[in-house]
Amino acid sequence: MDLFLQQIFNGVMLGSTYAIVALGLTLVFGILHIPNFAHGHLYMLGAYVSFFAMTRYGLGFWPALFISVFVLALAGVVVEFLVYRPLRDQPHINSFISAIGALIILETGVVVIWGPQAHRIPNPYPGTIELLGMTMTQQRLLLIIVAIIMIVLLQIFIKKTTPGTAIEAVAQNREGAMLMGINVNRISSLTFAISTGTAAAAATMVAPIFMISPAMGALLGMKAFIIVILGGLGSIPGAIVGGYILGLIEALGGGYISADYKDVFAFGALLLILAIKPTGLFGREVA
Amino acid sequence: MAVKFLREKWFYLVLLLAAVTLPLVVTDRYIFQLAIMSLIFSIATLSLNLILGYTGQASLAHAGFFGIGAYGVGLMTKAGLSFWLALPLASFISALVGFLIGLPTLRTRGSYFAIATLCFGVIISIVIGNWVELTGGHTGLLGIPRPKIGSFEFSSQISQYYLVLAFLLLTLFVMHRLVHSLQGLSFMSVRNNEPLAEAVGINTFATKIISFMVANFFAGMAGGIYASLIGSISPSTASFNHTFNWLVYLLLGGAATLAGPILGAFAFPLLMEYLQFLEDYRLIIFGVLLIIVIIYFPRGLMGGIESLQHRIKTRYRLRKGDGKNVVTASGKSHQAV
Repeated sequence: MDLFLQQIFNGVMLGSTYAIVALGLTLVFGILHIPNFAHGHLYMLGAYVSFFAMTRYGLGFWPALFISVFVLALAGVVVEFLVYRPLRDQPHINSFISAIGALIILETGVVVIWGPQAHRIPNPYPGTIELLGMTMTQQRLLLIIVAIIMIVLLQIFIKKTTPGTAIEAVAQNREGAMLMGINVNRISSLTFAISTGTAAAAATMVAPIFMISPAMGALLGMKAFIIVILGGLGSIPGAIVGGYILGLIEALGGGYISADYKDVFAFGALLLILAIKPTGLFGREVA
Repeated sequence: MAVKFLREKWFYLVLLLAAVTLPLVVTDRYIFQLAIMSLIFSIATLSLNLILGYTGQASLAHAGFFGIGAYGVGLMTKAGLSFWLALPLASFISALVGFLIGLPTLRTRGSYFAIATLCFGVIISIVIGNWVELTGGHTGLLGIPRPKIGSFEFSSQISQYYLVLAFLLLTLFVMHRLVHSLQGLSFMSVRNNEPLAEAVGINTFATKIISFMVANFFAGMAGGIYASLIGSISPSTASFNHTFNWLVYLLLGGAATLAGPILGAFAFPLLMEYLQFLEDYRLIIFGVLLIIVIIYFPRGLMGGIESLQHRIKTRYRLRKGDGKNVVTASGKSHQAV
């Protein structure tokens, strides 16, 4: 029973990261219809920016996190402008290929600048808490709490503020939004900035727990896509629920069946769901 | 007739001549080995071209099928089976797996299909890495026997070169017949407009399945040849980095052409070789190139050559006073695949 609770806790922790990253991806993929396959790599870049802000410039954990969010929001705007905007009216697959170009640049860039070896961010909250027989490090608990706060804030931003509703308007009808005087280019930049900024926050929160390496983005990017499709394209609740589900599948599958094959469960789940419903669990028909 | 054939196919004849005489020109063993790899990857890229270029379905599991073929041939020949039997068998297994995977994934479209197949590709490489009893895990399979005819073993570089060249020509022949057949037209109609193709009575799902199976058959074949010529394979043989490489070859060379994939598979590694002095920065150039090509030259090198040819032809015709309206090549849909 203790083991079970421990796995659940780990699953929720993993799921928190997945949920935030998938949330950012669903904004650009589901709403702007850009298959930002480099999303995981931007997440990786976020972890690296924090790491070097902390080790080289001796900043604390929280200032580093904010710098990372800011830098990555800028990076997101640049990537959208250079990589995706010229391909806006072309088939998805062209953007997808362009994204592969972007992710190669990002991954190699990090290797060239900071080296291929893995690093660990010093853990700011190493203490542990015992609860119901589970051992939780404070950092993991903090990650779960911060994830929830971020999800709630994003939800408020999208539903209650003017820029947020503008994003939704563009998602529903691009031409209509333009006629209403919404600057679609600016909305695209804004959405990208939010998407990559939140990814950077998630990456920084999780970095003290796992190692950071240039290759960490690839698998996470794929998983984020799985979650977005699992939850239904463009569906924000879908991305959140999907993120936690995937985290739990991995933690339980890895803990009880086989740790070697834990990633297979995630990918297998997607294949299974697409086999049953080609547009995802909560997905609408895609054009 | 012969003149017409020459005029239309001169490009291919020149390529063939260059390919046959290459061993006489290239003496550097290292460069020659690169050429052999390029031939093998040409087969893989050509098969990717069938599903992506002609049928418009971005299968990113291609290296997975390459891996299935490679491990199929590796395991079977190590168990004592002849290469000539193991290769078609492994290719069939690859096509069969393609059929089984195609059933769920080909119902999805666009990016969904790309992601679903990518997932499958990742599953294959994870399974290969962890199924130690069968595949040897991360150490891989070593000491795979070379192909033999009678007592002749394909152990010298030149013999291997001509062996792969023969397989490439076979692939090219099949692809050529296929895309110029009625079936090939169905592939392209699915790519250009799937609902329309369905409306005129094409079974689009069956068409996609056929294309996917044939593509995976040849991907498996390329993998099988790779395994027995290199002699050792590991899970990285099936890694999606291979798929990405072939994707670059394909787009750079020109998707939906037959010469493009081969051109890409030769030109790109050669370019990378000459940029060796840039070390790690090479890959950055690789990425930048990919983005520039997809934005500005979505039809690749061959597409560029084609539209140039066309422009010259149109100008020539206009000068002759043949003022008929000519539909320009650039009027074709402005997309890579």
